[in-house]
Amino acid sequence: MTGQQDTTIINSNPDASGKDPGSSEKQASRNANLFTETPLVRRKRLAENMAKGLFLLMTLLMVIPLILIVTYLFYKAFPVLSFDFLFTNPTHGMRAGGIWAALLGTIYLVIISLLVSAPIGVLAAVYLNEYARENWLTRIINLAVVNLAGVPSIVHALFGVGAFVLFAGMGRSILAASLTLAIMTLPVIIAATKEALGAVPMAFREACWNVGATRWQTIRKIVLPNSISGILTGIILQVSRAAGETAPIMFTGAVFYKAISEGNPFAYGLFDQCMALSMHLFTISTQVPNVPEAIPYATAVVLLGTVLLVNMLAIALRVYLRSRKKW
Amino acid sequence: MGNGKIKIEISNLEVRYDQKEALKGISFDIYENEILAIIGPAQSGKTTLLKVINRTIEFFPDVRVGGTVRIDGENVREMKNVNELRRRIGMVFPLPVGLPLSIYDNVAFAPRAAGIHDREKLDELVERCLKQAALWDEVKDRLDSLGTRLSGGQQQRLTIARALSHQPEILCLDEFSIAVDPVTTMRIEDVLKELRSQMTIILVTNLVQQARRLADRTAFLLNGELIEIGSNEVIFSGSPANKMTYDYVSGIFG
Repeated sequence: MTGQQDTTIINSNPDASGKDPGSSEKQASRNANLFTETPLVRRKRLAENMAKGLFLLMTLLMVIPLILIVTYLFYKAFPVLSFDFLFTNPTHGMRAGGIWAALLGTIYLVIISLLVSAPIGVLAAVYLNEYARENWLTRIINLAVVNLAGVPSIVHALFGVGAFVLFAGMGRSILAASLTLAIMTLPVIIAATKEALGAVPMAFREACWNVGATRWQTIRKIVLPNSISGILTGIILQVSRAAGETAPIMFTGAVFYKAISEGNPFAYGLFDQCMALSMHLFTISTQVPNVPEAIPYATAVVLLGTVLLVNMLAIALRVYLRSRKKW
Repeated sequence: MGNGKIKIEISNLEVRYDQKEALKGISFDIYENEILAIIGPAQSGKTTLLKVINRTIEFFPDVRVGGTVRIDGENVREMKNVNELRRRIGMVFPLPVGLPLSIYDNVAFAPRAAGIHDREKLDELVERCLKQAALWDEVKDRLDSLGTRLSGGQQQRLTIARALSHQPEILCLDEFSIAVDPVTTMRIEDVLKELRSQMTIILVTNLVQQARRLADRTAFLLNGELIEIGSNEVIFSGSPANKMTYDYVSGIFG
């Protein structure tokens, strides 16, 4: 009976109904042509290739300038790039010598600011994501975090001057500048950490609570180990931001020139003022006349190199931690 | 068959989610060492009832709970230590959740959270729980591989092993057999029959036949109301007190 039904269905197909005598031949030739191109297929393929080409073009448009900039920087900086350049102070009114004071200043600023913002940011995000209940207060906090992340850095600078330099009496110092950078990076670290924590499925937490584990046990055993890669990536990416910003440190602790003992990594104190790479680059390219062309370029190369190095570290860390991902 | 001692006493239990009334004032008792099946179509409040018992209902915002649930005469909602309460109850929900830990750590998670760190004790516990969940033979050689890499059915049995790992007095199973093949389901059902002597078992199930096979008594919930509760002889006898119960268990509706 089913066989009969099948036949009926096939016969009801107009192509095979046998209305004109040559139909079986026609069908045979159509079958042979089944995999050859029709105009529609050709059009689709053309559109597909055009789309692909457009995307490739855009990608190249993005990458080519980057490569050009980096090559150009290296080319221009080549004459002065050396280990000595890294480890000596600027001399002759910035027109000769190296960038040691600025390099060390940047390292101090970045490390201290992250030592402050990373723990606060991560713990705050854990609270917001794991403990806080959905109510008006947490909604306001979340809104504040999102908006703070969008505040221009120069505004953070003014806040830093008011809060740390003047009100807290730190004066213009590494500490005040680092704290200003910390305030600037904090909301982004909170947002990134919350994102990473939120990516851990809710079902894992519920399973833990169901067997009587406390919230903290759940966070420590399940949530944090499975979100650590995202959290670390978020933090490390802020390194490049803290290293690159000029505005927040200009009024709060970075100076035009300061000589420190060369090659000594502990040359700065917390309440010293310091030089910084970003600020140094700004001053020697705009404020000091007759600086040999290679020096600003070499400074840019060092700044870029530091940032790229840290970003590469972030990528490597993420790849390593992803490979250990457990679900 | 239970020893006639009341383990859980539910009286006038009402649960409202924001707009929707999930449980409309139900009252019944659950006896110690019995298997009580709870049947009823979707949205009848079965899962909500379980969540009230172990107080995970509190994780939902905008939930209002009225009435009382008493375990051994003690009001659940007045217990100070909610984790202590949850340790007395094993919970298995429909979708298997293997924690992103090794198989061993999955089962040892709850005992460790409760403060047991003695390796020998844990080894013994893990083996016993995995055997009870009918999973031991399949995983005994790879206890340190990830629980999340097991198949769906294996993960469900892992979930059951975890629910048993803190040696609960009450075991709640919510549609445990959805992700498990029939043969394994039968094995787990056999285990449940054995476990009855040690604990009280609440079995929420969509499979009327499973309730009939396994339970001592069956409760029929519909739209948040308790239609009927009675021993299986009555409920499945063909003449339960309520016509709707008869229609449901005999497949006329639902």
